[in-house]
Amino acid sequence: MDLVPVLARWLHFLAGVMWIGLLYYFNFVQVPALKAAGADGTAAGITKHVAPRALLYFRWSAVATWLAGAALLGPNFVPAFTLAKGFAGIGIGAWLGTIMLLNVWGLIWPNQQKILGMKPASDEEKNKARRVALLASRTNMMLSMPMLFFMAGGLTHKAAFGL
Amino acid sequence: MKNPLDSIWGTIISGVVLTVVLYLAVKNFLM
Repeated sequence: MDLVPVLARWLHFLAGVMWIGLLYYFNFVQVPALKAAGADGTAAGITKHVAPRALLYFRWSAVATWLAGAALLGPNFVPAFTLAKGFAGIGIGAWLGTIMLLNVWGLIWPNQQKILGMKPASDEEKNKARRVALLASRTNMMLSMPMLFFMAGGLTHKAAFGL
Repeated sequence: MKNPLDSIWGTIISGVVLTVVLYLAVKNFLM
């Protein structure tokens, strides 16, 4: 029995639940909570104690998810990313997940560092960072929907769509 | 025009539309 794909699939799901769970936490809970907390002057509790911890697990679970996914693809890595015949479904999922990972490390995290005061930034830079980080996060939320449709379809999608 | 990603519902609807578009693209051009 080859244990690598078994462990890779398990880790891919565990880390993926943490990554996308925290993504939905940011979009459904933290963004509206910060708006309300800003109005009554209690946002510091979230920005100082909650957001940095959530971002830590968010960005590293994204890396773990991608690496475990790559290990799970194994010899199918290239056919998936080149959308070879029979691999288009999982390949689209893999590309969407990859774009989301790049979004986390290239846009969300650097801008959140400015917003949370981990990196020096003027008020104007912080305002711009807020807009970019929000749109990058919302983009990932949008991409997560087709990503999960293509990746997590399994036998039901094979039967219904031939994916 | 307002950016649909500014609201949660706009984001969810965009996600559903993108899913359908990608599904049709895969089904018609990549399979």
